[in-house]
Amino acid sequence: MSLAKRIIPCLDVDGGRVVKGVCFVNIQDAGDPVEIARRYDEQGADEITFLDITASSDERNTMIDVVEAVASQVFIPLTVGGGIRNLDDIRAMLNAGADKISINTAAVKNPDFIDAASAKFGSQCIVVAIDAKQSHNTASGWEVFTHGGRNPTGIDAIEWARQMADRGAGEILLTSMDRDGTRKGFDLELTRAVSEAVNIPVIASGGVGTLEHLADGILKGKADAVLAASIFHFGEHTVQEAKTLMKRFNIEVRL
Amino acid sequence: MSTVVVIDYGTSNLRSVAKALVFVAGNKHKIIISDQTEQIRSADRVVFPGQGAIGQCMQSLKEKNLDELIKESIRTKPFLGICLGLQSLMDESDEDGGTKGLGIIPGRVLRFKNNIKDENGDTCKIPHMGWNQVNQSKPHTLWKDIDDGARFYFVHSYYVEPTNESDIAATTDYAVNFTSVSAHDNIFATQFHPEKSQKAGLTLLKNFLVWKI
Repeated sequence: MSLAKRIIPCLDVDGGRVVKGVCFVNIQDAGDPVEIARRYDEQGADEITFLDITASSDERNTMIDVVEAVASQVFIPLTVGGGIRNLDDIRAMLNAGADKISINTAAVKNPDFIDAASAKFGSQCIVVAIDAKQSHNTASGWEVFTHGGRNPTGIDAIEWARQMADRGAGEILLTSMDRDGTRKGFDLELTRAVSEAVNIPVIASGGVGTLEHLADGILKGKADAVLAASIFHFGEHTVQEAKTLMKRFNIEVRL
Repeated sequence: MSTVVVIDYGTSNLRSVAKALVFVAGNKHKIIISDQTEQIRSADRVVFPGQGAIGQCMQSLKEKNLDELIKESIRTKPFLGICLGLQSLMDESDEDGGTKGLGIIPGRVLRFKNNIKDENGDTCKIPHMGWNQVNQSKPHTLWKDIDDGARFYFVHSYYVEPTNESDIAATTDYAVNFTSVSAHDNIFATQFHPEKSQKAGLTLLKNFLVWKI
């Protein structure tokens, strides 16, 4: 098979600016989404994900401007998530040049939204983001959380992934809230369980601290793509280094 | 100055396609997005993008009377189809309980089978999503400066099977060996998204803008 496994840098955007101290050598403006996206594109990122963490609703529309600007300069797939609530939100982002829309809380609140969104815009652009945490409340041992891991839902994460795929999601972005920010590596068991439960691609997220963790996500977690933030942002590693290492493990990558 | 029209029938990747064309066009080509008969008729080149479900695509084309217009312009102008813009050129698709296509290139549209495994025993997920190799099976002007086997970005669950081998310009492996580009006279239609395929994609779009038929 020659389909490459994907590496996806993820950027947090607040009020139109990239936050969390992205650090590149010789970068003029470390908060400029276009410049950062262009750097990742040059390094060989297979996609870029923007997470809108803007809290104030007055600044919601700035994300549309960000997508518009990036999509005019960077020609790889762009995923946008954060605060997507209805079909109009999706349409606005797609019109601005986003390729995929990541939906989290709105799906938990109303699962029918995923049916409607995929029927309207096609499964290919509907990504369901699942934040999962270990829990005794569900059969599989993982529970879906919302609001950055604060709110338990009582929903079994594996069952939820399956249901979302059945309702028309084209991809799952799976984040382990136990691992997120720990740099201890993905929750490989969780990743594998979800990846084997659904027939749509799964992106592993949460916990990457080394390049080997990315390879583990593919080889042991059976993920189709891996997403990481800090490991790339702080200039520790480039996407290219990640791909070189993955290739050494015989993982198909786009070089 | 030549005019390139991106046909507007409400598909979601329309703007992405137009943006990539604007990026490579410089000031030699004017890129317009239109569903207006006169603008499409008078354009020098036609781009027919697509994404989503084929049933809705065919319905929108008919509602806007674009189906006949496409058939007309496809006879005379350089024509680039993308994704559904390739699939809808075929006779018929299995999608949406069987959908009739424009019947411009003889062939069918089939769905990837569920639970097919690659040589490592891993399941090939559907949609086929990501960067895969495009193996050029016949020479073409649009391949200029693009390596045989270069990777392009795909996202689709259905693929075309042209009846005539001569209409196949490239193939790609995803458990099955499917047609990733169909070319016929002035038509060049890709299953992948050149507008999202970084350098290789932009090169292809650039080649399209100067393609003389």
